[in-house]
Amino acid sequence: MKKTNVICPFCGCLCDDLTVNIEDNKITGVDNGCALASSKFLNTERLEKPLIKRGGKLVETSYDEAIESSVEILSNAKRPLLFGWSGTQGEAQCKGVHICELLGGVIDNTSSVCHGPSILAIQEVGHPGCTLGQVKNRADLIIYWGCNPVDAHPRHMSRYTTYADGFFLDNAFRERKMIVVDVRKTESANVADEFVRIKPGGDYAVISALRAMIRGKSKSIPDSVAGVSKSQLERVVKMCKEAKFGAIFFGLGMTMSPNKYKNVRNAIELVDEMSRHTKFTITPMRGHWNVYGSNEVFTWMTGYPYGIDFSRGIAFYNPGETTAVDMLSRKECDALLVVASDPGAHFPKKCLEHMADIPVIQIDPHLNCTSHFADIQIPVAITGVETDGTAYRMDGIPLRTKKVIETERPTDTEVLEKMYKKILEAKGKCTHCW
Amino acid sequence: MHSLLVKNAYVIDPLNNIRGEIMDIAIKDGKIVESVKDSAEVIDAKGQLTLPGGVDSHSHICGTKVNFGRYMSPEDMRAGRGRAQPYMYPVSGYSVPTVYANTYRYSKMGYTTVLEGAMAPLEARHTHEEFSYNTLQDTLANTLFDGNWSVMEAVAEGDLKKVAAIVGWTLAAVKGFGVKITNPGGTEMWGWGKDIGCIHKKVDYFGVTPAEILDYLIRANEMLNLPHSAHLHTNNLGKPGNYKCTLETMQRAPDLNDKRQTLYMTHVQFHSYGGSKWADFCSKADDVSWMLNRKPNIAIDMGQVMFGKTTTMTADGPMEFNLYRLHHNKWSNHDVELETASGIIPVHYSRKNLVNSIMWAIGLELALMTKNPWQCMLATDNPNGAPFVKYPEVIALLMSQKYREEQLKTVNPDTEKRVFLPSLDRELDINEIAIMTRAAQAKALGIVDIGKGHLGVGADADVAVYPIKMDDIDPSKDYQKIIDGFSQTDYTIKRGRAVSKKGDCLVLGDNATIWVKPKISEKNDISKDPEFMKKFERYYTVSLDNYPVQEEYLHRNICIETETGI
Ligand code: SF4
Ligand SMILES: [Zn+2]
Repeated sequence: MKKTNVICPFCGCLCDDLTVNIEDNKITGVDNGCALASSKFLNTERLEKPLIKRGGKLVETSYDEAIESSVEILSNAKRPLLFGWSGTQGEAQCKGVHICELLGGVIDNTSSVCHGPSILAIQEVGHPGCTLGQVKNRADLIIYWGCNPVDAHPRHMSRYTTYADGFFLDNAFRERKMIVVDVRKTESANVADEFVRIKPGGDYAVISALRAMIRGKSKSIPDSVAGVSKSQLERVVKMCKEAKFGAIFFGLGMTMSPNKYKNVRNAIELVDEMSRHTKFTITPMRGHWNVYGSNEVFTWMTGYPYGIDFSRGIAFYNPGETTAVDMLSRKECDALLVVASDPGAHFPKKCLEHMADIPVIQIDPHLNCTSHFADIQIPVAITGVETDGTAYRMDGIPLRTKKVIETERPTDTEVLEKMYKKILEAKGKCTHCW
Repeated sequence: MHSLLVKNAYVIDPLNNIRGEIMDIAIKDGKIVESVKDSAEVIDAKGQLTLPGGVDSHSHICGTKVNFGRYMSPEDMRAGRGRAQPYMYPVSGYSVPTVYANTYRYSKMGYTTVLEGAMAPLEARHTHEEFSYNTLQDTLANTLFDGNWSVMEAVAEGDLKKVAAIVGWTLAAVKGFGVKITNPGGTEMWGWGKDIGCIHKKVDYFGVTPAEILDYLIRANEMLNLPHSAHLHTNNLGKPGNYKCTLETMQRAPDLNDKRQTLYMTHVQFHSYGGSKWADFCSKADDVSWMLNRKPNIAIDMGQVMFGKTTTMTADGPMEFNLYRLHHNKWSNHDVELETASGIIPVHYSRKNLVNSIMWAIGLELALMTKNPWQCMLATDNPNGAPFVKYPEVIALLMSQKYREEQLKTVNPDTEKRVFLPSLDRELDINEIAIMTRAAQAKALGIVDIGKGHLGVGADADVAVYPIKMDDIDPSKDYQKIIDGFSQTDYTIKRGRAVSKKGDCLVLGDNATIWVKPKISEKNDISKDPEFMKKFERYYTVSLDNYPVQEEYLHRNICIETETGI
């Protein structure tokens, strides 16, 4: 059996044109998707049963018991941290927020270690963006800054930019120019019309130079800025000004390199500057398929996109204080719930040390590095494969991912809903007024 | 079965011609009935002002734009924080508050139905997701068609039926309610960083004018028999001298429906500007209301501006960029492929500022100079002119000349020379306020027949009891009592249940989404049209199959099916 127009729950591109072949409730192949997509759909490394640590050993347990024990840990914790959320459905994220409010805990998503700085920049200066189809149909200039779509978002260029058919471009591939800005020559740089190689840490200076030149202040720019020659900068400015529609995409190379959010702020202001000459937009390349969704959900529920602390009974937000890495490295939290992400693989050593010391509950379909820290593991259905659910593409388009095969495992939402009800009981709150 | 009796209510119900009668309102199973048994739960209104639940026919509460307004504004969140209590989750925010904050605050003010003013079809799922948390008001979503490529192509072909087929299919697919047209043609031009100006310029490439887009959408709207009329945000918003464009647009509006207006023009305050630049900026509310008074086929909402901080958000992308260049605070923009655009910027309307003071006056003038209150809705285009929590003050300003005079003394002193407000002595009465805040809105939206905006037998039991004794006060003097009274109901009753009492919620809430499904014959089903399908698959980044909003996003919902004859 074939299922068509399946939405890929892997990266922020959320390609919605996959065909999945299924035999006997098993996925046998994926068409249209990139290698990352196939790995997601064909992955068999699954956690089979809920596990719980007893006498230092993980033993099998029932869902009810796993949930019951998790509730005990969370409702007794003084400063619980609920982290992750980028790999699950919007419905589960909502439940997560309600649990956090009830616990007086801190809820954070993975953007605090990827595009958190972009959000800080947006909170300062805004965000002139658009949907990916605007770029596909109109853009004659694409700039990839500090990102490498060929490896991280393999179909970004074919679906939305360089190789995509555009309504206003007769021959998109030839009419479109592409600039890649990076500290090293990536696969993406190889296909660019112009590769701008910046010395590490030089993003801010280069953006500032471009802004100055667009404002007609070329004279003040030295012959070379952060390793980029003035003549190349002039070429870039000319390309930008000649473009009818320019689209900047930026990745962790901009958000996580020195100057962090100031780079992004500067880049947004570059777009603002360019918008006085022609049409320009800027879009963060969001990594996990639903990380943007976690920002959206947290925002409409709490007012803030990540790093929200409910210990005062109201939503409090202060990235750097209320974000997961900071909480863990300060050894501040005394229980950790990880949903659909893998801090075990990505967080600094100091954080991992604390994770080893406190009870960790993991809700995830897969085994990953975080599993090694977990005291309770609750295996769930894979959203977008075994259950449907809402996700937001990197440009804010909400989609409903699909269920292509059946599973006996519960969904994240179901597990969290049960936890929520039980926490209410544990806290002695009426169960129908929340 | 639950029944409720609201006793001794001082009722104003304009749609049923009830003006201040003391009466009992009987409610059973969520509807108003003739009478209920003695066993019914009783709420004693003690002679206090009792109105049908408030209806807001133009507000921005849910969806991509609204949420981005929150996302970019942590400073706004700190301005309205509230703790959890039974039936109420914690809330944040003032001008773009969290979903729960919106729904609680509207309920506290007696509102039971709210229309989201602008939903991009491609992003409709987001609006519906948020709607499901907006638990205390029934919700509706106006759907944007201003820069819709398929619509513009059909207009260029002169094919009205096709325009209707596209609109009809899209509304049903995205579970939308009304046809919203924001800066027709201008949002497409913004795709190239340009705007369009008034109604006879041609949209690049598509070769159609705003006037044509509007003409076709108005007629398609009627062809589809939609409950609401076309809902227009006129071109040239916020520009000095734009009243001419507004008048010309009004002039063109045909009269095609005997039950309601044929054209609803939103936030007309922003479109009633004289002068040629900011330096000679002045009010032209007199010309606009003069035209409105001669055109019963048009209804408007005020788009009242109130002083203080707020956030502007609209599908009018080019307008927001211009505004940003004026204020230079922060600017977000989000164009939606093949459909529309949008922009968001924070603003601070200041009493000291002459332009802001004139804007404040224009909204009030429009309401005071419009003879027939059924043609002018009370709204701030929340949060564009001001957050909706300012409605009680707007009501008081309309009811009291004394209050207006006092306020006029606090605004920029040059204002008086540029506006008409000081010369207007009209004071609206409570019946007119009830019209402008519920009855007219329900009528304009075409939802009277499904039980909204009135208290007649069979209507939805949406009722607001305000702590105001009309017989004991003189609104023109006791305006503070009007403000306080309208700020917080004693009881807000939604579908027969008391949902909020003195500002505290009594239930978690269980709203309904009202949407429209025009019945279109198989042969006019645009989603089966090979040309449409091909274009869709080629130029959208979401497949036709994944585009419609799934039933999962609708919980309780009311689908209005319409006969179309196409
Ligand atoms: S580019 Fe991303 S969303 Fe698209 S198929 Fe590959 S992993 Fe999936
Ligand atoms: Zn509006």
